[in-house]
Amino acid sequence: MTGTLPRQQETPAQQDRRLLTLLRRGGTVLVRWREASVLIVAIAMAIYFRAANDVFLTHDNLRNIAQATAPAAIVAVGIVLLLVSGEIDLSVGVVAALAPFLVHYAVDLYGIPVIPAFLIAFAISAFIGFCNGFIVTKLKVPSLVATLGSYYLLLGILLTTSHAYPAQIPEEAQGKIQTIFGAGDWSSLIWCLGVVAVYHVVLTRTRWGLHTISVGGNLIGATEAGIRVNRIKIGNFMMASMLGALAGILEAFRINSIDPNIGGGTALTFTAISAAVIGGTALAGGSGTVIGALLGALILAELQNGFNLIGISANPFNIILGSAILLSMIANQYLSRLRRTGGT
Amino acid sequence: MSVLVAEHLAKRFGALTALRDVSLRLEQGEVLGLIGDNGAGKSTLIKIICGYHRPDAGRLVVNGKEVELRSVDHARALGIDTVYQGLALINELSVYHNMFLNRELRIGPLLNNRAMRRLARAHLEDMGVNIPNVSAEVAKLSGGQRQAVAVARAVYSDAKILLLDEPLAAMGAKEGALILDLIRELKARGDVSVIIIAHNYAQVLDVCDRVNLLQHGAITFDKPTAEVTLDELTELVVAEYRARRRGTNGPAA
Repeated sequence: MTGTLPRQQETPAQQDRRLLTLLRRGGTVLVRWREASVLIVAIAMAIYFRAANDVFLTHDNLRNIAQATAPAAIVAVGIVLLLVSGEIDLSVGVVAALAPFLVHYAVDLYGIPVIPAFLIAFAISAFIGFCNGFIVTKLKVPSLVATLGSYYLLLGILLTTSHAYPAQIPEEAQGKIQTIFGAGDWSSLIWCLGVVAVYHVVLTRTRWGLHTISVGGNLIGATEAGIRVNRIKIGNFMMASMLGALAGILEAFRINSIDPNIGGGTALTFTAISAAVIGGTALAGGSGTVIGALLGALILAELQNGFNLIGISANPFNIILGSAILLSMIANQYLSRLRRTGGT
Repeated sequence: MSVLVAEHLAKRFGALTALRDVSLRLEQGEVLGLIGDNGAGKSTLIKIICGYHRPDAGRLVVNGKEVELRSVDHARALGIDTVYQGLALINELSVYHNMFLNRELRIGPLLNNRAMRRLARAHLEDMGVNIPNVSAEVAKLSGGQRQAVAVARAVYSDAKILLLDEPLAAMGAKEGALILDLIRELKARGDVSVIIIAHNYAQVLDVCDRVNLLQHGAITFDKPTAEVTLDELTELVVAEYRARRRGTNGPAA
């Protein structure tokens, strides 16, 4: 009996402690898991549009939404990497427009087989990213200005070399390759989910991700800790550029035409930045989420698609988009303050 | 045995002479207090010892061997580590990620968070630092706790010579006590030698074995703390100030 007594006394206390830990953990998840609030908005929006119009959740329309989400989300992943490391790239949209042309030039003008042509397009895109990164880190030009410059430079090269005319998908790329790279119904979505999954792990579970956060959070501190900050930044510029190229190739193959205006305007870049920001990535650097960016892109696609179905013109869409960006940034500020003052 | 000997170090930045002729030594397991007015050259001296600046003249002997430090990394490889005033902590990361920053443990390409968490907890406990949750963001810690994390990181990266640049600045009495305890803990272990830059002479006398006064780019005073009183130390610095106010230009010869 004496043996059981202490255990009986301890049980309620232990239970209390366990309950407390559980509650604390739950609270941490809610405040920490920024994606949760964005996910709720995305679901609420789907419910609203489904109620307003039966077509919204049909197979065909879901495919439309997926196809609108995918390229924006892929570019947004690169933007998140850059924003977290404290930089931005305005030129990714043109890289997206340029990449399928590079494939086209390589195959049709130089007779290079399709797969090597792809590799060349990605290599050139990576080099563009490297140049952006080099100008920002070594020549100390702020990334907003540096990539604004490369945006116009690349746009000029693109329009000059293509004579501002769309091109056909190279014959060798038609068929199976085209289906895999964007033309298949869910192909771009599958690519997008793969990219998001990989970079979610990169950002949260690898040394590269940790150093990316460090560089954006405290540049001097990261340098003092011996992190090679320029290498991290240049690497992220290169990856953002290559993701832009992937999005551009997928999009060209999907619409079955290589169009210089695809992302050659600022549309794709700005949509991607909006998606990243709505998804909870702060421009200040040091924090951001890839999954949030995917959800942000989904919300934007839902909005555009839903408005279309309801019969609201494209013009008020910008009012909603603008408000959404402002509101999410304000909420982000508020949340991060909450988090800092011990919201858990 | 002296773990660090500096002889006749000099450093100029253009027209400005930061260090004229500095000689100092640090014994094994010793805590040396480095005091002096703003602009006396304390930070320059620290930055030479940690490999950031190269001296124009003079030599450094580390563990009995003369060295020419090429970089901060080079100094680190020799066991010299600095806890900067800025601490080099990343607010957005957890305590354990900060403790292993740039020395992360991995399984393949992925971070081994579990092992880092466990080791960080053990290291902090070992040093007598109380941080309840090593998974908390560093931003949530108090000033003293942040300093403790930065010091713990340096110590556990195998630093044998630790340079602390004003670890007690901008810290309340309670916070300061935490750091002083931490330094005493290091002293008790005996395998780490420390140079502390500080402004609070009472604290210097409290925790240091010896005190050096740096004035106008040279060490002008070197005594074990047991042989110095607070008044004496204060008088040294104030006397110089008074001499300057009496109208003599620059340092009194």
